[in-house]
Amino acid sequence: MYAKICLIFLFLSRGGAELLFKGVKEHHVTLPTQSEPWDVKQLLVWIQRNLLKERPELFVQGDSVRPGILVLINDADWELMGELDYQLQDQDNIVFISTLHGG
Amino acid sequence: MAEEECSLKVLLEEKDREIAALKCKLAQLEKSHAPALELHGKVTPLTPLRAKPALSNEDIMRYSRQLLLPELGVKGQLNLSKTSVLVVGCGGLGCPLAQYLAAAGIGRLGLLDYDEVELSNLHRQVLHGEENQGHAKALSAASAVRRLNSTVECIPYHLQLSPENALQLIQQYDIVADCSDNVPTRYLVNDACVLSGKPLVSASALRMEGQLTVYNYRGGPCYRCLYPLPPPPETVTNCSDGGVLGVVPGIMGCLQALEVLKIASGQGSSCGQQLVMFDGLGAKFRSIRLRPKQADCAVCGENPSVTRLVDYETFCGSAATDKCRKLNLLSRDQRITVKDYKSILDNSDPHLLLDVRPLVEVDICHLPFSLNIPLSNLEERKSEQIQLLQEKISQLKQQTAGDCRPPVFVICKLGNDSQKAVQVLEKMSGSEVDSITVKDISGGLMAWAQTVDPTFPQY
Repeated sequence: MYAKICLIFLFLSRGGAELLFKGVKEHHVTLPTQSEPWDVKQLLVWIQRNLLKERPELFVQGDSVRPGILVLINDADWELMGELDYQLQDQDNIVFISTLHGG
Repeated sequence: MAEEECSLKVLLEEKDREIAALKCKLAQLEKSHAPALELHGKVTPLTPLRAKPALSNEDIMRYSRQLLLPELGVKGQLNLSKTSVLVVGCGGLGCPLAQYLAAAGIGRLGLLDYDEVELSNLHRQVLHGEENQGHAKALSAASAVRRLNSTVECIPYHLQLSPENALQLIQQYDIVADCSDNVPTRYLVNDACVLSGKPLVSASALRMEGQLTVYNYRGGPCYRCLYPLPPPPETVTNCSDGGVLGVVPGIMGCLQALEVLKIASGQGSSCGQQLVMFDGLGAKFRSIRLRPKQADCAVCGENPSVTRLVDYETFCGSAATDKCRKLNLLSRDQRITVKDYKSILDNSDPHLLLDVRPLVEVDICHLPFSLNIPLSNLEERKSEQIQLLQEKISQLKQQTAGDCRPPVFVICKLGNDSQKAVQVLEKMSGSEVDSITVKDISGGLMAWAQTVDPTFPQY
C-alpha cells in the first residue's frame, strides 16, 4: 500500500509548454493511491490524462517529455535521479523547464 | 569704437582658426593611436595574442578597483590581457557581455554578427545607437567597445557562423560566448567548441526569463549531453515573436561576462555542471545541478557520431536566424493580398475582418473596424467569443441580403497565425457557426503597413 503522493509541479519557463496547461504555472496535485509506487513515467501519463487536454505533442513524445523540455526533480536534473524510473516521494517537487534560445 | 569692434572680430576669427587647427591635430593624433576598425567579412588567421610582461602605470590606475580583489589581483589581470574571447551574436546578450569584458581588460574580443542594427533592437542591444541603424552590428559594437577601452583588440566579423567557417574561427579563441538567438547556431557553436576543446559560456533569454550554463568545461557536459535532440521547431519562441524585456538579456549577458572573466583570470567557473535560471518576474535566481558529461553523447561521448560539423539547419528543421518563419498552410484561393483587401474596403463590400492576434498586440495597433478574437481562443472554442463571432456573422448576413456564405477575412501580424485561424474557422463553418467563406490576408498587418498604409505602425 502506498499513501497518496502530493506533488508540486511547475513550469518555470514561459517557453510555451505552460500555455498547454491554460497558463497555470504551478500545480499542486495529489496522485491517487495505487498498489505500486508511482514513477515519473506514470506521472507523465497521468498529467496527459488529467491536466493536458489538447496538443499533447507539445509536451510529450513517446513515453517521455519532448526534446527541449528539461525535467527537474527536487532542484536536480532528472538524469541524476533515474529519469522515467524515479519513484515519486510524498512532497516531491517536479519542475518542467522549456529551454530558451533567444538572445 | 568701430575700430575696436573690428579688431576684436579679427582676433576672434584668428582664434577660431587656431581652435580648428588644434582639433584637427588632435583627431589625427587619436587616429594614429588606434588603427581604424576593419570589418571582417570572412575568417582570417590572427597573430597570436602576446602576454604582457607587467602592468603599466596606466593599467594599474584603470584596473585599480578590481586589482584590489584577492580573487583577481595582478596575476588575474595579466591573465585577462592574454585571453581572447569570441562573442557569437552582438545582440541583447552580446552587448553587455562585450562591454564588461572590454571594461575589465580582456586581451582580444572577436565580435560576430551577420545582422544590421534596427530601431527595434535598441531597447536591449545597448552598445548600438540611433545613428548606427542600418550599420553592421559587429562594427557598431566594436566601435562602442573601442571608445570604452582602446587597449582591447577588437575584431568585428560581419558574417553568419556556418559549418564551413566555425572551426577555423573558434580555434583562434580561448573562450567562446554563445549569445545567439536560434537553435541551429546553438548546436553549431557547441559542436565547434567540443571539436576544438574550448569552454562555451552560454546564455539565453526570452520575455522575463533567462538561463545560463558553461558547457564543455573541465570535463563537464556539453549542450548535446543535455539536449541530444533539437526541440520541434513549432515549440521554439524567439524574441521577435514572444517579446523580451531588455534588461533581462542585460542581466544574463552580465552573468555571462562574470563567468568568462572567472575562467579567463584563472579563478574558474562554477557553472560547468550547473544551470542558473533567472525569473525576472519574481526577481529570483535558481541553480540546478546538471547531469555529468554523457558517455553516449553524439559529439563529446566515448564513440561520437559527430566528428565534424554537420548541417545544423537540417538537423533542427529551422533557419539559423531569429526572423519569423513563413508558414504556407493554405491554397492560393484561400488567401488574398493586402492590396486585394484594400479594394474590398474601397468598394465598401460587406465583410467581417477578424484579427486573431493576442490582446497585447491589438493594443499596440489595429485596424479600427476589425473584430479581435485571439487564435488561442478560437482553438479552445471559448464560448463567449464564438457567440460574439456568430452575432457578427448574423449581422453581416443581413447586410449581404442573405448571402449564404458571407466573407470573413482573417488578419494577424505576419500572416502565420491567420492561416491557422482560417483552418480552424473552416472546420467551424456550417456547424459551430453559420456557413462562411474564410480567407487569409497574406502577410498580415505588417504587409498592410509596408504596401498599403505607410502610416500604420510596424513592430
